[in-house]
Amino acid sequence: MQIQVLGSGCPTCKKLFELTKQAVEELGLKTEVEYITDIQKIVEMGVMSSPVLAINGKPAISGFLPDVEKIKETIKKFI
Amino acid sequence: MDIFYPIQLFSDWITFDIFNIEATTHLGVSVNFFIYDSLKIIFLLLIINYFMAIVRHYLPIEKLRNFLASRKWFGLDYFFASAFGTITPFCSCSSIPLFIGFIEAGIPLGVTLSFLITSPLVNQVAVVLFAGLFGWKITILYVISAMFLGIFGGFILGKLKLEKYVADYVWQIKSKKDENASIKIPFRDLIKTFWQEGWALTKKIIPYVLLGIAIGAAIHGYVPAGFFENYIKADNIFAVPISAIVAVPMYANAVGVIPIMQSLVEKGIPLGTAMAFMMAVVGLSLPEALILKRVMKIKLLVYFFGITTINIIIIGYLFNAFVK
Repeated sequence: MQIQVLGSGCPTCKKLFELTKQAVEELGLKTEVEYITDIQKIVEMGVMSSPVLAINGKPAISGFLPDVEKIKETIKKFI
Repeated sequence: MDIFYPIQLFSDWITFDIFNIEATTHLGVSVNFFIYDSLKIIFLLLIINYFMAIVRHYLPIEKLRNFLASRKWFGLDYFFASAFGTITPFCSCSSIPLFIGFIEAGIPLGVTLSFLITSPLVNQVAVVLFAGLFGWKITILYVISAMFLGIFGGFILGKLKLEKYVADYVWQIKSKKDENASIKIPFRDLIKTFWQEGWALTKKIIPYVLLGIAIGAAIHGYVPAGFFENYIKADNIFAVPISAIVAVPMYANAVGVIPIMQSLVEKGIPLGTAMAFMMAVVGLSLPEALILKRVMKIKLLVYFFGITTINIIIIGYLFNAFVK
């Protein structure tokens, strides 16, 4: 599974990256969370609000900062 | 009857009975004001953020963009872009992907700018704060002004043919279409999702709201009525432009500025002057300029800020002249 956090480098995006790492750790997954600040990548995904949590290259959560539980739930759907 | 009356009773009880502060002291007035306003606004925020999470789910920005890009609108698109700007939540982190996303979909530059101007000025949180502190009449006038700012500003910028000042790489980006909403969520789960989203947002802004209300409450209790009139004469012709221009480089979220602004108005600062200040703080800022610099060449940026500032000044004068 590929997990990415995409953002323009704003505080909210960084926070989502931190929370996602925490969620992955708590779920005991071996996946590395990738943090992408390249705007082109975000737009190429067809999303227009950041931050974005993308799983397997597709946006799963975008535009707001969820809590860890929500991130875990979202990731679990792809396991 | 005022539906917030129970909240007033509760804050009176806390301030005067539990804390045992005299109602006539500066401290008593400030504390009472703080408790009442915070409770009222947090209550309103919880409701509106829940509601907006629903709207956001059914009307994501990607859908609004596709609507705008779907056909020629002959000028109506400025209105739509600005109206969409009022209902979408906006974080400055999104302004770049938004800008590129709109341009890439073939939406004219002026229309895109209409959206960018209105969006930070009006969102559900700003509306709640305005309504809670100033009442509905001024809230509606504010929303109309912000839309005017977006429509008119975007229209002028569109007529100036500034497309060549958009960063070149923006025109080359191509996005994949219809990749969104990969998971279908059952309705029962949606209700929970809306709540989580709404709560996440409310939680995030509560500290700013409380800080803004605390400063507002201090002004409310300690600054004598009419205090500012000695310094800013209501008929001083330069007050509006000075407030707006001073505010352009500054940045603060609408959430923190509105309660402070309300207390200043109450103590004698003319509404239009305060409004010009607030719009310039919230709508334009140095950080925003630095972010937009990544997609706009300097000339476009200067036009964008210049025309928006001039329009804000006009709105300030109109409010001072017509709204009492």
